[in-house]
Amino acid sequence: MFLLLEKIGSGTLDFLETSGRMGMFLMRALTSMFQMPFKVNPVVRQVHFIGARSAFVILFTGLFTGMVLGLQGYYTLRKFGSEGFLGSAVALSLIRELGPVLTALMVIGRAGSAICAEVGIMRNSEQIDALECMAVDPFRYLIAPKLLAGIIAMPLLTAIFDVIGILGGYLVGTGLFGINPGAYFQGMYTSVVWADVEMGLVKSLVFGLLMVWIAACKGFYLHMERSGGFGAEGVSRTTTDAVVLSSVSVLVWDYLISALLL
Amino acid sequence: MISNQDDHNPPVVIELAGVEKSFGRQKVLRGVNLQVREGRTLVIVGASGQGKSVIIKHMLGLVRPDRGEVKVFGRDMNRLNRKQKDEVRENFGVLFQNAALFDSLNVYDNVALPLRERTRLNEDEVREGVMAKLGLMGLQEAIDKFPAQLSGGMRKRVGLARALMLQPKIVFFDEPTTGLDAHKSNELYRLFYRTQQQLGYTAVIVSHDVPKIFKLADEVALLAEGQIQGCMSPEDFQLSEQPTIRAFVEETMGHLYSSDREENGLYAQV
Repeated sequence: MFLLLEKIGSGTLDFLETSGRMGMFLMRALTSMFQMPFKVNPVVRQVHFIGARSAFVILFTGLFTGMVLGLQGYYTLRKFGSEGFLGSAVALSLIRELGPVLTALMVIGRAGSAICAEVGIMRNSEQIDALECMAVDPFRYLIAPKLLAGIIAMPLLTAIFDVIGILGGYLVGTGLFGINPGAYFQGMYTSVVWADVEMGLVKSLVFGLLMVWIAACKGFYLHMERSGGFGAEGVSRTTTDAVVLSSVSVLVWDYLISALLL
Repeated sequence: MISNQDDHNPPVVIELAGVEKSFGRQKVLRGVNLQVREGRTLVIVGASGQGKSVIIKHMLGLVRPDRGEVKVFGRDMNRLNRKQKDEVRENFGVLFQNAALFDSLNVYDNVALPLRERTRLNEDEVREGVMAKLGLMGLQEAIDKFPAQLSGGMRKRVGLARALMLQPKIVFFDEPTTGLDAHKSNELYRLFYRTQQQLGYTAVIVSHDVPKIFKLADEVALLAEGQIQGCMSPEDFQLSEQPTIRAFVEETMGHLYSSDREENGLYAQV
């Protein structure tokens, strides 16, 4: 009985502590983004890492997602005799939902894990302590450029995903099922409005922030992990945690934003 | 506290008073009292796992004591906010146990980092400063290498170059020669001696390298059982009658080691 109470208690304390730590981390990271003098180079380097180097993966997944949407959409729409709406169906599901979510999940797998491991190893090998002892703010030097780059890169990647996905749907629709190309795009013009694009944009901005926030924070406080964040195994476990937590958060926030903006 | 400021008693720059620290259930420091005087070299010795590095981490403000005070330049490190702490740390240089070089930056960028982040020098001036320090350390050929490509001794020298980049007033050395052979250790000690002569910094050294390290020390402090057992000149330290210090001196400077194969009874009392 007491053992159970003890477990609940320590679990709750741990949860509160972690939440508090993550909140403080985000505050410090956000404020350090606006500290002068602003350095452009580190941000550009991070945008290159998170954005440019994810572009190929995004192109690939975007194309196939669009093609699958074309196949499945055509199959469903044909039942109602409205194949002409294929363009709007593909575009709306990509822009509002699949584009931001799938992009975020792909980038988390590629860049989120890397950010967590990088920061975690820097923590483990005392490199973050070294920065602090040199009176160099690790948030400003290390975290802020990554956070800013995440917020810049994620919407851009999402845009690429959307465009290439729409193209994939077009290829399947016109090439395979002989849908009129004009009808494919005309449906899109009439049904996609600014509010749809806005929703996709808001989502991708939030996901970009979420990814870097969770990955960097997990790595940064590696030594405080309750499961023990020591050595190579600690880094690997924390990286896995970070990827799982950010993926789940992306899906949860996807629902929340959809519900709020609908 | 800062009473006598003549040559024999320079002002105290770091003062630990009654510092206690536990990690989980393990009590590491049980009331540490220690003073470091300006321009002097303090060496902290003691068996492994006694918390010598923890003392340095308190001085650097990386760890908060459970009880007690850590004052650097008269300012209590635990009452300072981040900005004030950074002001104090601007006077620090640290050589970490494993050098803590930034492993994704090459040697040049590692040493240049303090200049780029803390000063407004342009790239030419940075280059001049970095090359001068690397020259002093004999590292000109290694500027393009990454930390993983360096030997242990070179890594420590890069760490020392980085620590000394901004003319610090206090330099901390955490096990500077652990893992180095006798030749490389001597080389590092020579560099230490030369740079201290040049820059006149205060040094706090945590080391295992007894008795060699005594040559550099102005004062030696022994940490055992969570407390400083005595802080005195190396000569006094070696002749001390205090039982813990005496036991430490005998253990580290006496016989090489005793094994079961030796003659019965020779080391029976050890």
